Amino acid sequence: MSFFPYAVAAWLFVIGLYGIVTSRNFVHLVICLAVLQSSTYVLLLSIGYRVGGTAPVFAGVRVGTPAVDPVVQALMLTDIVVEATVVALLLALALQLHKRANTLDPDKLKALEG
Amino acid sequence: MKRRGRMIFFLLSAAVFAGVYLWGLKGLPAVGHYRGPYGDVLNQVATYERHVTDIVTAVNFDYRGFDTLGEEFILFMSVVGGTVLLRRQREEEKSEHKDQALSDESPERQAPEPSDATRVLTLGLVGPLVVFGLYIVAHGQLTPGGGFQGGVILATAPLLVYLAGDLKKFKQITSHTLVEVAEAAGAGAYLAIGFAGLILGGAYLRNVAALGKTGMINSGGTIALINLATGLEVAAGFVLLLYAFLEQTLEIRLRGGK
Repeated sequence: MSFFPYAVAAWLFVIGLYGIVTSRNFVHLVICLAVLQSSTYVLLLSIGYRVGGTAPVFAGVRVGTPAVDPVVQALMLTDIVVEATVVALLLALALQLHKRANTLDPDKLKALEG
Repeated sequence: MKRRGRMIFFLLSAAVFAGVYLWGLKGLPAVGHYRGPYGDVLNQVATYERHVTDIVTAVNFDYRGFDTLGEEFILFMSVVGGTVLLRRQREEEKSEHKDQALSDESPERQAPEPSDATRVLTLGLVGPLVVFGLYIVAHGQLTPGGGFQGGVILATAPLLVYLAGDLKKFKQITSHTLVEVAEAAGAGAYLAIGFAGLILGGAYLRNVAALGKTGMINSGGTIALINLATGLEVAAGFVLLLYAFLEQTLEIRLRGGK
């Protein structure tokens, strides 16, 4: 079981990528990208996890109690912020695309219009 | 044919990914056997050095404060980008005058009124949410939370008002100019706190403010201050994004749902 979270991360990455590749709708595509990116959360947290470790918050817990790695958790916060901003920008693009091309299907898009 | 080629490309990529990933995993410890050393060092020293109990916040706003500054500006730029992408296009300028009379939609295009249940629930939640958001922002150095998390919670309050009413209500409680100023001030305050560290302590973002007593709300020195600045920036930034998206829903409704 000790490698199970790594397998979950890989699965999320690949299934997200599959969704992007086969997507018929840009909104669906953006959500698939979010799924893909959530694999990095699982990976980061599994790297910093310690069996029996407490959260790296020492409010009411004595300093020195074995705890999980706070650095990867801080990195994950950055990760989430980046994901939120990317999703917001891509959805804005999808919205404008729908207004112009009247479709959200990548396959129905004609060649780039200048 | 096009889709088949895409699938083949995907399968090839997935195979390459699987190979590289497995290769990379060989260098990682088994889950649960964290080897350190940085996390362990920080867990040991951060409480003594910075008088905070949430080590993740200490990493974010102090030890790794410069990176988080960059992260905050990623958010800032994305809000700017979103606002620019969703600005009124030239052909939409015509509908500008309808802005004043938002209820001026023809009956068949009118959005259905929110139900009483929605209204009671959402409006009842606004107050507690604002208090909870402020609590999360202010206690970032003590318990899980901080400016980013609390800011997003705060930004959902105007969204609840929109759900309970309409865009007009949303605009009534959020002044666009004020929110813009708040976002810029939040981002600028982070920069300024960094310069205070440079001037008073000799290094950018050095924690020069009084550290206070561990476990108290005013502990952590600049960590607490940056948390407040970030909370302001994130809350304002997300309100601006909501504003831009909601304006578009109005625009689309005026055009007859296209």
